Amino acid sequence: MSTGDNPDTTGRIKSALRVIPNFPKPGIMFQDITTLLLDPKAFKDTIDLFVERYKHEHISVIAGIEARGFIFGPPIALAIGAKFVPLRKPKKLPGEVISEKYILEYGSDCLEMHVGAVESGDRALIVDDLIATGGTLCAAMNLLERAGAEVVECACVIEVPELKDLIDYLQFD
Amino acid sequence: MFAEENGLFGDPRIKAISDAIRVVPHFPKPGIMFQDITTLLLDPKAFRYTIDIFVDRYRDKNISLVAGVEARGFIFGPPIALAIGAKFVPLRKPRKLPGEVISEAYVLEYGTDCLEMHVGAVQPGESVLIVDDLVATGGTLSAAIRLLERAGAEVVECACVIGLPLVKGNWKLNGVPLYVLVEPRLDDLERTL
Repeated sequence: MSTGDNPDTTGRIKSALRVIPNFPKPGIMFQDITTLLLDPKAFKDTIDLFVERYKHEHISVIAGIEARGFIFGPPIALAIGAKFVPLRKPKKLPGEVISEKYILEYGSDCLEMHVGAVESGDRALIVDDLIATGGTLCAAMNLLERAGAEVVECACVIEVPELKDLIDYLQFD
Repeated sequence: MFAEENGLFGDPRIKAISDAIRVVPHFPKPGIMFQDITTLLLDPKAFRYTIDIFVDRYRDKNISLVAGVEARGFIFGPPIALAIGAKFVPLRKPRKLPGEVISEAYVLEYGTDCLEMHVGAVQPGESVLIVDDLVATGGTLSAAIRLLERAGAEVVECACVIGLPLVKGNWKLNGVPLYVLVEPRLDDLERTL
């Protein structure tokens, strides 16, 4: 679901985003959040909106997906006093990891999390900049659930409207 | 310079930060004692101390932009930027940034790598802070400094959580001072005693 908050705030956030056509390949309209990060008020508003939503939800861990989830996740974690766990591409994390494979348009990729970062009973929020097909987020959810956490919600700055039906399908209680 | 040389000697937060960092031997290859900050991020108090110490240092220095080096600089840079009201600019590995970029190559032990920044992210004359989790040889940070200076910025300082002892005192990288919180630990034995 999208936030129903103050349209001026979300309007400013939306207009701070930049669209780059045909990146990384023809036909893709890439949603660039780097311009949002160049607008301190809009960036702060983005974080504040998430913090408002989650501060009373007893979230004990925020998992951010490499690399743009590392930008939005930690400020939320710091504000609500939760742990932050980076979910990374293969071979980046130095300790023992669990891995979850996911399908790409051509081939597959893999997301990893440190063993012991998340405990049974942890209430988790997953954060990334954008949801498109949901493939990466599903891999992230699987990782957290395999470690015994309850995934309360996935939070993204941007959802791609063309895939709204797929996103509605992915929502679960 | 280290935080403890500059007003924070004996500050219990420094020990809490150091204790929260995990050492992983022989990663990514034999002989390297990898300083793993993910355990610091699992300790909300220690993570908060880390950000607070940097924010206290930089809030009154008129820094308009914080640049973070991919990927662990993305974890520490944005909270500092948000707290001091500065812009945040990600410095990324090649082909990740979607818009027009400037690139700076740097030398690795074997071969080279490259750091990129979006054109237009930085205005000439801006005061900039560069953030990463750790400084070792300074190769990556040097490339970051060159990128920002090519865009016309003045790099005020480089801030890292962990740094080798050689950054003590007035040691500078390309003329830019470094500010570091803790030294690398050799192993985790001392934590179990």
